[in-house]
Amino acid sequence: MIRTLIAACAALLCAASGTAQAPAPVNDAAIMAARPPALLSAYRLFRDAGARDPNAQVTPYDLNTALYSDGALKFRYVYIPAGSQAQYSHEGVFEFPVGTVLVKTFAFAEDMRRPTENVRFLETRLLIRRASGWVALPYVWNAEQTEARLSVIGADVAVNFTNEEGQAMALDWAVPNVNQCSGCHARNGEVTPIGPSARNLNRDFAYASGEANQIGHWNRLGLLSSLPASASPRVPNAYDASAPLAQRARAYLDVNCAHCHNPEGPAHTSGLDLSWSQSDPALWGVLKRPVAAGRGSAGFEFSIEPGHPERSILVHRMQSTDPGVMMPELGRTLVDARGVALIQEWIAGMDAEGRSQ
Amino acid sequence: MRFVAAALAVLVMIGVADARTWRIRPGPNAEQELQTALIEARPGDTIRLARGRFEITTGLSLNVDRVTIQGEGEDRSILSFDNQRRGAEGLLVTSDRVLLRDFAVENARGDAIKVRDCDGIEFRGVRAEWTRGPNSNNGAYGLYPVNCTSVLIRDSIARGASDAGIYVGQSRNIIVRDNLAEYNVAGIEIENSYNADVFGNTATNNTGGILVFDLPGLPQQGGHSVRVFDNVITGNNTPNFAPAGNIVASVPSGTGVLIMANRDVHVFENEIGDNGTVNVLISAYRAEFQDPNYNPLPRNIMVRDNRFGRTGFAPAGDLAALSQIGLPMMPDVIWDGATLYSSSGTPRSENVRIVVRDNRSERAPNGVFLSLGLTVAGSPFTEAAPSMDFPPLLDLPEPERVEIDD
Repeated sequence: MIRTLIAACAALLCAASGTAQAPAPVNDAAIMAARPPALLSAYRLFRDAGARDPNAQVTPYDLNTALYSDGALKFRYVYIPAGSQAQYSHEGVFEFPVGTVLVKTFAFAEDMRRPTENVRFLETRLLIRRASGWVALPYVWNAEQTEARLSVIGADVAVNFTNEEGQAMALDWAVPNVNQCSGCHARNGEVTPIGPSARNLNRDFAYASGEANQIGHWNRLGLLSSLPASASPRVPNAYDASAPLAQRARAYLDVNCAHCHNPEGPAHTSGLDLSWSQSDPALWGVLKRPVAAGRGSAGFEFSIEPGHPERSILVHRMQSTDPGVMMPELGRTLVDARGVALIQEWIAGMDAEGRSQ
Repeated sequence: MRFVAAALAVLVMIGVADARTWRIRPGPNAEQELQTALIEARPGDTIRLARGRFEITTGLSLNVDRVTIQGEGEDRSILSFDNQRRGAEGLLVTSDRVLLRDFAVENARGDAIKVRDCDGIEFRGVRAEWTRGPNSNNGAYGLYPVNCTSVLIRDSIARGASDAGIYVGQSRNIIVRDNLAEYNVAGIEIENSYNADVFGNTATNNTGGILVFDLPGLPQQGGHSVRVFDNVITGNNTPNFAPAGNIVASVPSGTGVLIMANRDVHVFENEIGDNGTVNVLISAYRAEFQDPNYNPLPRNIMVRDNRFGRTGFAPAGDLAALSQIGLPMMPDVIWDGATLYSSSGTPRSENVRIVVRDNRSERAPNGVFLSLGLTVAGSPFTEAAPSMDFPPLLDLPEPERVEIDD
């Protein structure tokens, strides 16, 4: 009897080690389940419990300019089911097929001056493309960093780290609830991704197989359809000093603000459009008077007063951490000092029409 | 037949069983329980707030259609945001056919209750309040539907908003009735909206009682068809405490009704008095604007059959000079007189019809009217050419009554 058991166990172990060599693929059934799995591991997006090692067909990516989230590290991946493709477009976010998962893990290193050491994951957010549209699901990591659990109502996580300047920081990290997710990820009331547009993906990434342009790499993997021969648009890294200042500032506003402040976004009623594609300075705030800013106006008359960052409401709200004043409304508890400096420099150098000199 | 009845009974029972009632009581877990209910509710559900104070630290949000949030009364079930740390409003609603009733939102850091992009919202017996009274650090709006269709706000209370207590913006088909708005900068404000009936309300101790505005540069503009009637709009003399830069910061303390831009606004059968600057002010939008589609002039404005009380005893703001120009009597109704404006550098004129008739006043049988004669919108007050002659008595068709289906 015991011998049989041992044999059975051995067989199981063999099977298990066999699995380790050719791991089970991403769990499409979990992705499409009406009731999402409670544990992140159920999706098999990663080969390891700690979610460092992506499974086959799970492709890492980065963005040229990213949303500021209290300086958190972000690890992004895309999974597109076999045989399906995202429809490329020059403008806006790609049209991803049903079954797509966009994965974004937020993390801090114990010492952010050494961002690859002692990295603690806080949460992994999944955006899943269902037939009925996108759903946003936040998974919160346990203290042991072995599992992340779905928390539709969000969570508060205390984080301590040393920042890039060597200061000790203590954060009360807010994992958004699903409504707060759609507070940013919304167009015309539908949940939608923000990051993966051609202009923001158009950069190199250090793949295991070597450095390559992300759009070219996705295309070689067969993840894209309708990729035209013409060159893809590109926004600069907001902090790449070799790029034109106005482009860097507009790239920053596009990623940090335009998910709400666009004509189809949650902040459309403000009339402020901070999208990269908006060419009218009046619509991106130059000499635009506040509508419903309340004390967010700080007594200033205009969103952007050319030459005067110190009197521009946009800068004031970026510099605030008061929930009734700050912009973005959610997603940070600190001030993005680098971002503020960038926007200040841009406004300071504007001519009266809001054009950069 | 009996089978049919039995089947129907089963169906009715399923229907009832389907609609769930969530019961939330104050306590350390109340915030989490309430936000969970707001997320997991199904259409048709009711979320009941028990009697007591709920301490909320993060803005609440609802994005499920056909949900009712119901408390035990605006003075009994209180969502308190004294310790709010996150979120730009107390409660945000982004779904359709939602009913909010019989509870209060106190001391939100930003707006109290914002309802955005909805079709069908009703506030009934709700209170939004900043309990320290007028203060420029209070949130901007109390009850705040924006870009909504079918808005009903009734039997509710708004106090202390640093912009407008009850603010309906960029919406369509609106009824605001039987509310109390006091100690706000603007008591009730209808902005960039179409078809609104505002009646039976009391607006008192605000800076301005009831405002009908249209602003440039917004997705919905060209506000029109607003009826303001049967309201009590008295004693709106609170010093303006709006943060500068906001449009309401320019409202003179002591304004009863202010109509700015818009067309087809009828103000009738109200009691309007004890407003220190003026009972009714009709003005163009006076700032510069770049929006080529915007018309800054108020036009087709009717002010009739109102009972005017005391006014002009403490003119403030832009109208402070009124007491120095030697008027024989302080006016009940002031029109800036604008019939011309400049749009993208091109002058435009408009057949502006302003009718003031059949009002009653303690001081003059028909009330007192003053045109400032500022023919071009936004001209400096130093260019005023005042006239106290009433404008011609024309017929202006009244906007249709607003109806909202239950």
